[in-house]
Amino acid sequence: MALNRREFLKSAAAASAASAAGIAVPSSLSAAATDVQKDWRWDKAACRFCGTGCGIMMATKGEGKDRKIVAVKGDPAAPVNRGLNCIKGYFNAKIMYGSDRLKQPLLRMNKKGEFDKKGNFRPVSWQRAFDEMEKHAKKALKHAGPEGVAVFASGQYTVMEGVAAQKMMKAGFRSNAIDPNARHCMASAVVGFYQTFGVDEPSGCYDDIELTDTVICWGSNMAEMHPILWSRVTDRKLTDPDRVKIVSIQTYTHRTSDIADDEILFSPSTDLAIWNYVAREIVMRDKKGGGTEDIIDWDFVNKHMVFTAGPVNIGYGMRRAGEKSIKEGKYSKAELEIMAKEMETIVSAKEAPALAPYGYKEGDTMKHTAGTLKHWHISFEDYKKSLEPYTLDYVAKISKGDPDEDIEGFKAKLQRLADLYIEKGRKVVSFWTMGMNQHTRGTWVNTLSYNVHFMLNKQAKPGDGAFSLTGQPSACGTAREVGTFTHRLPADMMVKNPKHRAICEKKWMIPAGTLNGVGKQHIMKIHRDIEDGLVKFAWVNVCNPYQDSASATHWIKAAREMDNFIVTSDGYPGISAKVSDLVLPSAMIYEKWGAYGNAERRTQHWRQQVLPVGDAMSDTWQWVEFSKRFTVKDLWGEQKPSGPRKKALPSVIAEAKKMGYSEDTTMFDILFNNKVARTYKKDMNDPIQKGYDDTESLGDVRNVVGSDGKVFKGYGFFIHKYLFEEYAAFTRGHGHDLAPFDMYHKVRGLKWPVVDGKETQWRFNAKYDPYAAKATKETGNSHAFYGTLAKNLLQGSLTAPDKAKGKKALKNKAKIFARPYMDPPEMPDKNYDIWLCTGRVLEHWHSGTMTMRVPELFRAVPEALCYMHPADAKEKGLKQGGLCWVESRRGKIKARVETRGRNRPARGLVFVPWFDEKVFINKVCLDATCPMSKQTDYKKCAVKIYKA
Amino acid sequence: MATSDNNRRKFMATTLQSVGLTALGGLLWSGYSDEVKASPLVLRPPGAIREEDFLTACIKCGLCAEACQNRDTNIDKETGKARPGTLIMAKGGDHKLIGTPYFIPTEVPCYMCEDIPCVPVCPSGALDMPSLLNEKEELDINKSRMGLAVVHKESCIAFWGIQCDACYRACPLLDEAITLEYRKNERTGKHAFLLPIVHDDVCTGCGLCEMACVTEKPAIFVLPNEVSKGKAGSHYVKGWEKEDEKRLEDAQSEETTTEISEKSPVDYLNIEELY
Repeated sequence: MALNRREFLKSAAAASAASAAGIAVPSSLSAAATDVQKDWRWDKAACRFCGTGCGIMMATKGEGKDRKIVAVKGDPAAPVNRGLNCIKGYFNAKIMYGSDRLKQPLLRMNKKGEFDKKGNFRPVSWQRAFDEMEKHAKKALKHAGPEGVAVFASGQYTVMEGVAAQKMMKAGFRSNAIDPNARHCMASAVVGFYQTFGVDEPSGCYDDIELTDTVICWGSNMAEMHPILWSRVTDRKLTDPDRVKIVSIQTYTHRTSDIADDEILFSPSTDLAIWNYVAREIVMRDKKGGGTEDIIDWDFVNKHMVFTAGPVNIGYGMRRAGEKSIKEGKYSKAELEIMAKEMETIVSAKEAPALAPYGYKEGDTMKHTAGTLKHWHISFEDYKKSLEPYTLDYVAKISKGDPDEDIEGFKAKLQRLADLYIEKGRKVVSFWTMGMNQHTRGTWVNTLSYNVHFMLNKQAKPGDGAFSLTGQPSACGTAREVGTFTHRLPADMMVKNPKHRAICEKKWMIPAGTLNGVGKQHIMKIHRDIEDGLVKFAWVNVCNPYQDSASATHWIKAAREMDNFIVTSDGYPGISAKVSDLVLPSAMIYEKWGAYGNAERRTQHWRQQVLPVGDAMSDTWQWVEFSKRFTVKDLWGEQKPSGPRKKALPSVIAEAKKMGYSEDTTMFDILFNNKVARTYKKDMNDPIQKGYDDTESLGDVRNVVGSDGKVFKGYGFFIHKYLFEEYAAFTRGHGHDLAPFDMYHKVRGLKWPVVDGKETQWRFNAKYDPYAAKATKETGNSHAFYGTLAKNLLQGSLTAPDKAKGKKALKNKAKIFARPYMDPPEMPDKNYDIWLCTGRVLEHWHSGTMTMRVPELFRAVPEALCYMHPADAKEKGLKQGGLCWVESRRGKIKARVETRGRNRPARGLVFVPWFDEKVFINKVCLDATCPMSKQTDYKKCAVKIYKA
Repeated sequence: MATSDNNRRKFMATTLQSVGLTALGGLLWSGYSDEVKASPLVLRPPGAIREEDFLTACIKCGLCAEACQNRDTNIDKETGKARPGTLIMAKGGDHKLIGTPYFIPTEVPCYMCEDIPCVPVCPSGALDMPSLLNEKEELDINKSRMGLAVVHKESCIAFWGIQCDACYRACPLLDEAITLEYRKNERTGKHAFLLPIVHDDVCTGCGLCEMACVTEKPAIFVLPNEVSKGKAGSHYVKGWEKEDEKRLEDAQSEETTTEISEKSPVDYLNIEELY
C-alpha cells in the first residue's frame, strides 16, 4: 500500500517509538498491510476474549452481506503474542457464526401483540423495540428519576460503545446507574491502585516477565486464564531454570503449579496473613525494625512512601439491616444468618491476634459500618505494630490450606517465599487475578502486595513489581479508562468531583450542573435496587449479569416477577436474555469498528471486517438511536432526591436554552450528532477507511429498517473516530495520553501514556515515564507516584485519625497500608461444611455464551464439574463421575463429581466453574463484596455436598 | 429399574440378532467376518484379553454394555435418565465382529469408573477381572489397557507453539499418562512450547484426550495396543537400568541366518565365481 507523505511521517514516528521501546515492527510499517491471498482480505484485530490482549489477523472473503471471516491467525507482529494464540483465540470467527445468533428484536407479548411480562418472545421491528424501551424508560424516570434507569455495562464493550453508553446515561439521563461486569473482575485492583498510587492502572507491563527472576502467582490460574502470558513465564523459567523461581500461591492445586518451585495452598482469605507475614519478615529483620540486616531501602521509602491505616469494621458489602427487600421478607432465615454479619460479628479465635493492634480481642462484638475508603497517615512504628502478630507460627497455623500437609514443611515454604522477595538483587514480579480481587477484603490484599514491593524498592522497575492481571479484554480500556463505572468519568475523573464534572460538561457541550454527583449504584446495587423496586428499567449490554451475579435467584425473581422492564442486547440467547422482556440482536465484535485496552495499558483498534448478521446492529447504534427518543425537557428538568441521592438535581433547561438548544432538542443532536461530531468526515479515500464497511456511519447493503421505521442510511459522519477522539482528548496531558485514532490503525497497539508518539513501559519511573521525569526534575528522585486522588490525609494511629493534628499532603508519594487478616462472612461450619470456590476454565470464556457454541470447545469441555478431593468424595458417599448436589444457604445445583484431572483441591474445598448455565453455580454463591471496591467474592462461601 | 429392563431387552435383542445371523449360515456371516479381519482398530472394554482370544471368548451377551450404560454415574443431570453408554455392541456394518463390545472415543470415551461396572458382570472371561486388581486386590481402573493414545505431532497444534494442551487437561491421569514437555519457542523468543507427551506405562486408552482434542480430526487418538506399540526386543538392553534385564527372562540363544549365511561353508567356499 502506498503511503502519502503525512501518513509516512506518522508511521515513522510510531515505528521509531516502537523500536525505541524495543519492539519489532512489521516490515511493511502499515498494520493494515493486506496480504492478498486468493481473494482474501487480511486485516488486524484484537482478540475478543481475555485481558491479555493478543493481536490476531483475520481473513474475510466475499462481498457485501456475504463477506464472512474465513480464517483467523495470531498476529506475528503483535508484541504480546507474536503470532500465537490460545485455543480460544483461533475461534474468534466461529463465535460469530453460531446457528442461534439473534437476528431480530424479540419482545414478550400476549396474543394481541401487546407487551406482556408473562408472554412469549416474538419478533418485532426495531421501531417497536425502541417504542417499548422509550415507554418503559420514561415510566421508570417518572417513578424514581434518573436513579430508576440502569445499565449493566461491560469490560467487553468496545471503547466507542462505552463512550456512547456513558454519555447517554450520565449526560442524557443524568443517571450514574451504569456499572460494568468489570466490577466483578477488577474493582479491588482498581481501588488498590487508587489508594496506593492515587491513579488507576498498573505501573508495570508484560515485558517484566522476560526481565524478572521470580514470578509469584497469588490466587491466579495463569496457566488457564492467561495462557499466552503463561507461555512467556514458562519460557522465562526455561531460559534460566536455576535462577528463575516460580511460586504458586493458591487455595487449590491447578495447572499454574505445574512448573512452580513451590506451591503454597492456603485457607481462603488468609492470603492477607501471608502478605503480612512477608512484610513482617522485611520489617523485623531490618535494622530499623529491630533486626540486624539492611533489608528495607530506606532512601527509597523515605522519599516515596508514607504509612497509612483505615477502619477495619467495614462490613462485607452485603445488604444492610433495614433495606427494603429484607423488610419485605424476601430473604430466608438461613440467608439472614449470614447477612446479619454485615452489621456485627464476634471476633473469632482465628482473627483475634491479627485484630489485637486495632483494639479487638477474641469474643468482642465488632459493630460494622458501611464500607468506607477513608484512611489516614500513621507512623512507621504503628505500621510495625500492625505486623507484630504475623509470626511464622500464627500465619502457618491459620493459613495452611491442606489439612494433610505437614506444618513444618508448610512453614519452610513460607520462609522461602519471604526470602525470595527479600533477596538482594533478585527481581520479583507478583501476579494475581481473581483470587485477590474477588475477595471480601480485596482492596486490602491488593494494597498489601505493594507494601512488600515498595519496602524492597521492587516496584515500577523493569522486572520488578506487583501486577494485577485483568480478566476482560477491555476492563482497563473501556470500563476503567472510559469510565463506565457508576462513580467514574473518563480518564480517572470522578462524578463526585465538581471540577471533573465541569470538565466533562464542557467537552460534551451540555449545561453546567447536568451531571449527577452521586455515583453509588454499582452492579450489585443495581440488582438490589431492582429487587427493592427503585430501578424499573435496566438494559444489559455485552454481558450476562443474570448468570454471572452471586445470589442469582434473587435477581432473576426480581426481573421476572416485579413490575419492571429488562432489556438485553446480545449476540446469543443466554440466561440474561431469557429473563428479559425485550431482547435486541447485537452486532458482534468484528461486525463493527472497535478498540480495546488490555491489562498492560495497550490500546488496540480494529476496523469493521464484515456486516452484522440478520438485522443485528451494534450497541453503539442502539445507544445513539435510543438517544433520539429523549429531549431536553424529558430529561433535564429538576430531579427530586432518589435512591442514594439525597439532594435534588437542578433543572438545567434554562441553561440549555442559553447554549442554543430548545426544549425539544433531542439527546441525539446534543450528544452524538453535534457540530464537532460532524467534522469527522467519512472519506473513502482515507487509507484507514478505504474499502471497509461502516454500518453506523454509512448504513449498509442489508438496508436494515431502523428505529424510525425507515431504512437506516447512516449518520453521515465517522462516528467511531468522533467517539474515540472526544474521549481521548480527556486523557491527553493527564498521564493517560492516548495516541490519535489513525495511529492505532498503523501499529500493533501502544501502551499509554503515549507522549510524543512514544509509549510508556514503566509508569512512575522517571527513566521511562515522561510524567514521572517531569515530576522529579527538581528532586532527582527515581520515581514519582504522581496520582492525585486522596493525597492529602489526616494523621492518626491504627485505630483512628486525630483531627487535631490536621492534614498532611503526600505529593508524588505512594502509600504502605496497615491492614489485618479478617475472616470472611461465611465459613464452613457443621451444616455447610466445605468451602466453594468458583472460577473459569481455559476452554470457555466467562458465561460460555460464545464459546459453548463452538463445537471444538464444547466438545473439549461440555459441562462444569465439581472438582473435589477423593477422600471428601468417599466420605460423602460420592463416586467419581456421579452426580452430587452442591447446596448453600442460597440455593443448590447438581453437578458431576470429578476427583481427578486439572483441578485438585485439598480436603475441605470444592471448585465449580461458572461457564455452564446448566450448572448454575451463582445460585449457590454469596453476593458479599469487598466493602470498598464492591467486587463480589466468588472465591469463598460455605456449602454442603451430598449425593444427587 | 424400568430403564434397566428395557435396556436389558435391547441388548438381548442385539445379541439375538447376531445369533440369528449366525444361524442364517455361511454367506452372510463370512461377509461380516471379512469386515472383522479388515478392522484391527477396535477398542475393547477394560480388562479385555488379547483380541484374537477375545473374539472367541466373548459370548456376545451384552452385559458389559448394559452395565456401562446403566451405571449410576451415567445419569443425565436434566432428565434423570441414562445417557448413551461408552460400550457399543457391534452390529452388522460396524466392521467389527457382530455382538462384541467396543467403543469410539470421539462419540463416548471411557470415563474410567472407579468400580468398573462393565467387567465383573462378564460371564465368559473375555473381560479379565484379575488383570484389573491392584496389590490390595481391589479393582483399579488405572490398571486397564484399552489402548494407547498417540500424538500426531504434525497436526497437533501444541507442536506449532499454540497454547492448547486440551488433551493434557482432559486426562484423568494428568501429569502421569500425559505430561507436558516444555521447550523454548525460538521463533518468538519469548514464549514456550507446552507439548503433550503420552506415557504408555500409565495411559489406559480411555480416549478422553481424543474426545477433548480441538483439531478438526483429533491429533491425539487411541489405538489398540497391538497397533500402537513397537517392541524393542531382547537384543537391546538398557545397560544402565538393572530393571530392564527383566525383559530378558525369555531370551534364548538362537542360530541366525541371513542371505549371506544361507549356504553351508563348504558350498560357499567351492563357488569360484570371484574370478
